[in-house]
Amino acid sequence: MEGVFSWFDYMSSRTDLIVGGLSQTLVYVVLVTVAATVTAIVLAIVTLHQAFAKELVLAISSVFLTIPSLALFTIFIPIVGLGFTPSFIALYLYAIMPILRNTSTGLDSVDPSVLESAKGMGLNRFQVLTKVQLPLAWPVMLAGIRVSALLTVGISAIATLVAGGGLGDFIKSGLARLPLPNSLEAIWTGVILSLVLALFIDSLLRGVGRFTTPRTKKA
Amino acid sequence: MSVEPLIKLENVTKSYPGVDQPAVKNLNLAVTPGEILVLVGPSGCGKSTTLRLINRMIEPTSGRIIYEGEDVTEGDPNELRRRIGYVIQQIGLFPHRTIAENIATVPKLLKWPKDKVRARVDELLEVVSMDPSIYRDRYPSELSGGQAQRVGVARALGADPDVLLMDEPFGAIDPITRDRLQNEFLRLQGELKKTIVFVTHDIDEAVKMGDRIAILRDQSEIAQLDTPEHILTDPADEFVENFLGSGAILKTLTLRRVKDIELSPLVTLKEPFQRDQALRQMSDANTSVAVLLDRNDHPTRWIDEKALNRSSALDRAGRPISVQLQPEDTLQDALAAMLTTAAGMAVVVDGRGHYLGGCTVESLAQLLIQTGAESSSS
Ligand SMILES: Nc1ncnc2c1ncn2[C@@H]1O[C@H](COP(=O)(O)OP(=O)(O)O)[C@@H](O)[C@H]1O
Ligand SMILES: [Mg+2]
Repeated sequence: MEGVFSWFDYMSSRTDLIVGGLSQTLVYVVLVTVAATVTAIVLAIVTLHQAFAKELVLAISSVFLTIPSLALFTIFIPIVGLGFTPSFIALYLYAIMPILRNTSTGLDSVDPSVLESAKGMGLNRFQVLTKVQLPLAWPVMLAGIRVSALLTVGISAIATLVAGGGLGDFIKSGLARLPLPNSLEAIWTGVILSLVLALFIDSLLRGVGRFTTPRTKKA
Repeated sequence: MSVEPLIKLENVTKSYPGVDQPAVKNLNLAVTPGEILVLVGPSGCGKSTTLRLINRMIEPTSGRIIYEGEDVTEGDPNELRRRIGYVIQQIGLFPHRTIAENIATVPKLLKWPKDKVRARVDELLEVVSMDPSIYRDRYPSELSGGQAQRVGVARALGADPDVLLMDEPFGAIDPITRDRLQNEFLRLQGELKKTIVFVTHDIDEAVKMGDRIAILRDQSEIAQLDTPEHILTDPADEFVENFLGSGAILKTLTLRRVKDIELSPLVTLKEPFQRDQALRQMSDANTSVAVLLDRNDHPTRWIDEKALNRSSALDRAGRPISVQLQPEDTLQDALAAMLTTAAGMAVVVDGRGHYLGGCTVESLAQLLIQTGAESSSS
């Protein structure tokens, strides 16, 4: 009980820091998710009819996920320096694979007879893609986007180690000062706000899904 | 055949990449305006490939495709496909579009004005016997297989194409619904007079649907191309004979109608009559049953000798006549009707139910024997 009160005290005396950390993480999530979504969709579409290229691109994007996050955040520092940029690049590379895989799967799983009849009625390739394949693949694609957004919330906590800011700052400073006063409170702040942000983004994207999934039933 | 063909395939060959043998080899085929031309043959003989060459779903390796007198081998395939209706077995309705939107696909691609599209959708739903006010706003997942197939046909007719290509359109539907859809489609075709190329692997369906049938063997080689009658009674070679199966002569029954044969007079009874006179009539005609007519000449019951010998009232004697034939029915229907009466005969009535005559197993057998003799002597 006492812990909870002291955590509230900690938070209320640092609203500026908290707003700063939260908005930095949010910036990462939004920018990374948008950039990764665009990249993944473009890659999935470009490789749609080339099985080998599709596998290759997917394999490369999967490789990033196997690299330990600390390594991926630091690897670009010699080229781009510290701060936002190396963090953004690392998060972006992580976020591509889930969206790419789901987009490819979604586009591939459109019923072949639907594509056959679309082509047979004289829709050109672009029309088949935009009027048939993407709308039908969208729910699966969106699930991939959600995974990537949540992944970004979690992994962006590492950004603090390369001076990239965000909610990770609280965790890092707390860990560094353990067991001094307010160190646990700082860690809690980082962890709990990340969790809340993740839940918020998750329900936001679920809501988007509900409104944008094409209907297949009247009622 | 003085009519200019609507579709012509000239020396068309299609080889799939990585396959040694071409799927279609040097095919020449001409489709006459207004006919249903059925392509039938064993699985894998190249029927679908042939059909898909016509609307350039696949490109020929060599040869030319002529459509309405115009060489369409080159040029924009999408533009060609919008002028040709295409129906496939799995239908492929867009699951995320309503029935109305599905049917409106080609008219919208052709940028028809909105009201014209809406009117056309309702018209087409009526054409395929579906109430627009009920089905317009439904989605494909809310339809039965038969309804989905109807919508598939309506969608293919969207922009009123002259030609329909149909690849086993009724192949995935239960036999009873299939029979109904086939009949409906034939009735529809009677009004629309489209030019139709229809693919099936089922010879019975081919006989039923085709004005002409092309029997194909491997690599889409035409084994015989002729009317169903000629193919059934005069198969070109052993391959065709085997493909028709042993029942080929029986299948001719579906091609002939009751009105095409001479009806046999049955013994009819109409009140008032003398029972012993009736019995004499029956023994003269060498038959054990007679047909009881009511005051308006409507056949009502089968009366046999036993019923006449008993004294009970005739309107409860013998057995009721449950199946009556009309002149438009096929001889196949006639055979089925005869088999349901133990008497081996069926009554034929006109459109208002008046007695016209009878149809007997003997007369059918006679006809079949004749047909068989003609075809084996030719
Ligand atoms: N896309 C394809 N690639 C390679 N071979 C194919 C392809 N489509 C069909 N074939 C082959 O071509 C032949 C004819 O096929 P198809 O036209 O589908 O026959 P049908 O419709 O009469 O069953 C078959 O041997 C089939 O295996
Ligand atoms: Mg086929």
